[in-house]
Amino acid sequence: MSNSIESVINEADIPMPMERSSRKFALGDLAFRWTALSFAFLVLLLLAGIIFMLVQGAMPAFQEFGLGFLTNETWDPVKEEYGAWAPIMGTLIAALIAMVIGLPLSFGIAIFITEMAPQWLKRPVGMAIELLAAVPSIIYGMWGLFFFAPFFAQHIQPVLVATLGNVPLIGALFQMPLVGGASGVSVLTAGIILALMIVPFMASVMRDVFDIVPGVLKESAYGIGATTWEVVWNVVLPYTKAGVVGGVMLGLGRALGETMAVTFVIGNATVLATSLLEPGNTIAAKLANEFNEADGLQMDSLIAMGLILFVITFIVLMLSKLMLMRLAATQEGRKT
Amino acid sequence: MTMFRMTLIAGAMLAAGAVQAAEVTTINGAGATFPYPIYAKWAEAYNKETGVKLNYQSIGSGGGIKQIKAKTVDFGATDDPMKGEELAEIGLVQFPAIMGGVVPVVNVVGVEAGKLKLDQAVLADIYLGKITKWNDEKIAALNPGMNLPEKLISVVRRSDGSGTTALFTNYLAKISPEWKEKVGAGKAVNWPVGMGGKGNEGVASYVKQIDGAIGYVEYAYAKQNKLAYVALKNKEGNYVLPDGDTFAAAAANADWKSEPGYGVVLTDQAGAQAWPITGASFILVYKEPKSCEQTEAVLKFFDYSFKKGSQVALDLDYVPMPANVVQQIEATWAAEIKCPGVSAYQK
Repeated sequence: MSNSIESVINEADIPMPMERSSRKFALGDLAFRWTALSFAFLVLLLLAGIIFMLVQGAMPAFQEFGLGFLTNETWDPVKEEYGAWAPIMGTLIAALIAMVIGLPLSFGIAIFITEMAPQWLKRPVGMAIELLAAVPSIIYGMWGLFFFAPFFAQHIQPVLVATLGNVPLIGALFQMPLVGGASGVSVLTAGIILALMIVPFMASVMRDVFDIVPGVLKESAYGIGATTWEVVWNVVLPYTKAGVVGGVMLGLGRALGETMAVTFVIGNATVLATSLLEPGNTIAAKLANEFNEADGLQMDSLIAMGLILFVITFIVLMLSKLMLMRLAATQEGRKT
Repeated sequence: MTMFRMTLIAGAMLAAGAVQAAEVTTINGAGATFPYPIYAKWAEAYNKETGVKLNYQSIGSGGGIKQIKAKTVDFGATDDPMKGEELAEIGLVQFPAIMGGVVPVVNVVGVEAGKLKLDQAVLADIYLGKITKWNDEKIAALNPGMNLPEKLISVVRRSDGSGTTALFTNYLAKISPEWKEKVGAGKAVNWPVGMGGKGNEGVASYVKQIDGAIGYVEYAYAKQNKLAYVALKNKEGNYVLPDGDTFAAAAANADWKSEPGYGVVLTDQAGAQAWPITGASFILVYKEPKSCEQTEAVLKFFDYSFKKGSQVALDLDYVPMPANVVQQIEATWAAEIKCPGVSAYQK
């Protein structure tokens, strides 16, 4: 009796095959956990490194010009006086134009593909959108410079000047350009090219999230007599808003940071003209143009502008998170 | 065992000796984009003759200066000459390798290459934004009988920092006190008007496209893109057209010894046929290089190019350095560069 008990105890001391393998798993698990953790930290480290480098590089410029760096429009490498106002505003305005044009376009494309297109058309249109997203930005830039800008100058610009140019308040934005003349190279052109570049991104993200709306939800809405628009506005959008906001932010991020295509069509003039049809500049385009040959205070000022772009992007990201949180909160409120 | 060890040591010593005596097979340079086509041609010919390769990165003058300062290349190249005190401080020798011209180009309906005449005041006023239309009476006065349209002048310039801009603004600052005071000269300036194209090709494509544009590019780009260059009034009051002869005329009277490191900017030079916006492109090497073999190889390459590369340079619309200047340059090498092989250039 006692023997058998002992033997049982002894047996219990020997690890069971199951336990042994689970310990092995634990080891693998641990290794995996640490690897994943170190990868995640690598991202944080990289971000910290970039911030550190930008802040350190930008310090001399901010020490020299103070916060006036943000609001000074002059950029004079000869007299060593630098201000970022014109490129900051150029970046924001071009991105805003891109969003104003690109958002409805991509929304329409996504709705068409998911809700309205006949089955045989869905794939080709979807493929075309994805292919457009893969076109390198320099191609957009060259197409913009060689084809779109002259077309814009000849056919669109005169119409804009003759119509919107006479509207009170916004008329000033659409005056005939004195500097750009008949070139079609302008802030508005850059905004339009940017819109075309971000539409594929936003449209394909929106299509993907619209696709995950359960059919049963939509069918119930259609069943009680809702129109396509009502279904999209009241069922699809509320269900997918997080994804849609994510897609829009992806597009906005690209619009803010896009460099090559913009530098081709914006005219690279570091001034802030009232008319959108005049040449301007963006932070990214200015960096790309001047980085090579800059040194001393000019280099510091360029890095400071890089920091500003970083901060702008960060603010945009924060705002989108805030928006999502508020959306979630109101939904909670509605439920209760 | 000892035998083995000795063989090893002997082998290592042999190997080290072999490394030291090894022929230089590649020389590395970086800098200005403007002379890149001719350096590439020279390198091709030199490689055929000697087997030595030139690896030249045309990353811009500023980049060339940065790289030679960082000692990552055997020579740097810049269009904008470095100042004497800076050369002395870093311990660099600077010499010109090739010359060329910058030309204003226009796109005005009915105006062919070389037909439009501009003088100093009008060119400066256009770039200052004071003359805004092609049928301005100041332009018309210089071009009697020419049918100039009532079109806005679209001023085009470089958006990136550039030796071409340095040359062009240096000229404007020399001929216009107002330009000198308001804008000044440099690789990048605060332009009063106009839009910027990236690189010579960017400016060339804007000018080609925009009806009523004026820009400035290296002569080679104007020629390749068949742009309408203008005739400029030079220091002696003659209207001259850009070509190899007028560039050479500008260089003919240059007093290279007047600036340390031959840092003479050849704009607005005297000479009846002198093209007013001419300039040289410069090479930078260390006085006490970390590898004498490499620097000697660089000098051999330029010696070969100076003596045998003139025709190629002329074919590409550059102006080779005259023989007497080459002599001065090589005497400078012998005097200043502390390497045993360089004394061969002593005259």
